[in-house]
Amino acid sequence: MKWARANLFGSWPETLAMLGILWLLWKTLPPFIDWAFLDAIWKPDSKTCRAGEGACWGFIVEKYRFILFGTYPYELHWRPALATVILIGLWVFSAFRAFWKPWLALVWVLGLSVIGLLMWGGLFGLRYVENERWGGLILTLLLTTFGIALAFPLGIALALGRRSDMPVIRGLSVGYIELIRGVPLISLLFMASVMLPLFLPAGVTIDKLLRAQIAIILFAAAYLAEVIRGGLQAIPKGQYDAAHALALPFWRRTGLIILPQALRIAVPALVNNFIALFKDTSLVLIIGLFDLLSTVKISLNEPAWTGFGVEAYLFASLVYFVFCAALSKYSKSFEVRR
Amino acid sequence: MIEMVKVSKWFGMFQALTDVDLAVARGEKVVVCGPSGSGKSTLIRLVNRLEAHQAGRVIVDGIELDDDVKKIDTVRREVGMVFQSFNLFPHLTVLQNLTLAPIWVQKVPRKEAEETAMHFLARVRIPEQAAKYPSQLSGGQQQRVAIARALCMKPKLMLFDEPTSALDPEMIKEVLDVMVELAREGMTMMVVTHEMGFARTVADRVVFMDGGRIVEAAPPAEFFSAPKTDRAKLFLSQVLGH
Repeated sequence: MKWARANLFGSWPETLAMLGILWLLWKTLPPFIDWAFLDAIWKPDSKTCRAGEGACWGFIVEKYRFILFGTYPYELHWRPALATVILIGLWVFSAFRAFWKPWLALVWVLGLSVIGLLMWGGLFGLRYVENERWGGLILTLLLTTFGIALAFPLGIALALGRRSDMPVIRGLSVGYIELIRGVPLISLLFMASVMLPLFLPAGVTIDKLLRAQIAIILFAAAYLAEVIRGGLQAIPKGQYDAAHALALPFWRRTGLIILPQALRIAVPALVNNFIALFKDTSLVLIIGLFDLLSTVKISLNEPAWTGFGVEAYLFASLVYFVFCAALSKYSKSFEVRR
Repeated sequence: MIEMVKVSKWFGMFQALTDVDLAVARGEKVVVCGPSGSGKSTLIRLVNRLEAHQAGRVIVDGIELDDDVKKIDTVRREVGMVFQSFNLFPHLTVLQNLTLAPIWVQKVPRKEAEETAMHFLARVRIPEQAAKYPSQLSGGQQQRVAIARALCMKPKLMLFDEPTSALDPEMIKEVLDVMVELAREGMTMMVVTHEMGFARTVADRVVFMDGGRIVEAAPPAEFFSAPKTDRAKLFLSQVLGH
């Protein structure tokens, strides 16, 4: 009570604002709770849903497997499910600094191999599933994982290149960054899926998923490069002086002195970009890949279930939000300066 | 140890150094002083090529400095440097600051590098701070760590660029004490400083600079009691006058 009086009702304008907010909550919150919980229909039956007043969670109950796993063969859903769990497990495992040892790379290689085996199959009696049929959450997570894993080092290289003394390297880096940043991701994806095959010799095909993945990596790298460059610029000149005076060669200087400091400075902006990358993967739906958002959209196309878009997109948003919030929360631990 | 012949240096249109001649013998301690903007810092930074000269010759321990990276690296391994703003690496502990270059540049085994580091930390009288980060230390302690870091490379020559200018008055002495000790042990030193007391006790020669030129160079007794130029007289009256 005392805290509320001091902080929320301290002055007239504050009190007024508080009352306004309370009134808004009073008007919106109860109806929302009625709709989302009290009147909600959980039975996966569209007729009941249409008759009822509340949210139709029955739609999610009915469709969650398609939303999460896309067109992957229904009876094999345990494979993408397990792959998803392994991938999330790898991320959580890597979040602990105690595990930041060289063998962590090995853990990833191993984990990703198992995921590849589960998704493709074709070995150990697992049925082969072509990656055209991958979809849903695992596709979103894989695109993000490889997107970050490959765009990050490329971004570092570009940022260093842009600050290089060598005119050719600097020119190439600037040209690349400006070119990619001047183009929307959608057009890159279109180019990757429509134009690229035209230039490849007959008989050579790169599958659609790989092309989309490459487009995402190339796109994200340009943005990450600029964020990292911001961090590099914040390093005082004295740090370079000291590193030079100790005769540290370029790669040691960069890897041991400059980058560790620059990246730490860039953490908030980097996380911002990682989150954007995670959500941007949803754009692959325009070239016909079934990521999490595409599967939601397709579920809604079924005549019986048209019109339940609010529930469907709330569900998708919730899934996206959980991942983004976790990443955002975790990144806070890096921002604490010694 | 150091030989500079007719050295000139420009920053854009501004000429920072003009025809500087200077020789520093092995074991000699040279203090460089002069008003701000006189080119003292630029001069000392030429020695390990943190700045490149554009005319004349700079020869350090028999190696003439030019664009050859190998030569620059060789010189830098033999020359330690201490900066006005310490320039410790803030993301590394004191011990890591000290062992970094020995391990990665001189390929000394980690254990040996740590022993050397602890030896020099003891010499600058702060062995108990080894596990701390630079920001947890006082300015005087940080500068002593910086001196120890340079010494860990076992340099033949030490450069000091205004090592006490960024320190609170009560911390200046602890840094100067370490430097005096180092001088007594016979280290070749080139020191840019306004600490005239230090120059008097330690220097073999005081070099006075103004406007990018060496105006006067003399043993401290001579320089302080009977400066030859008006510019030096004025400078001394300003520095010693309070």
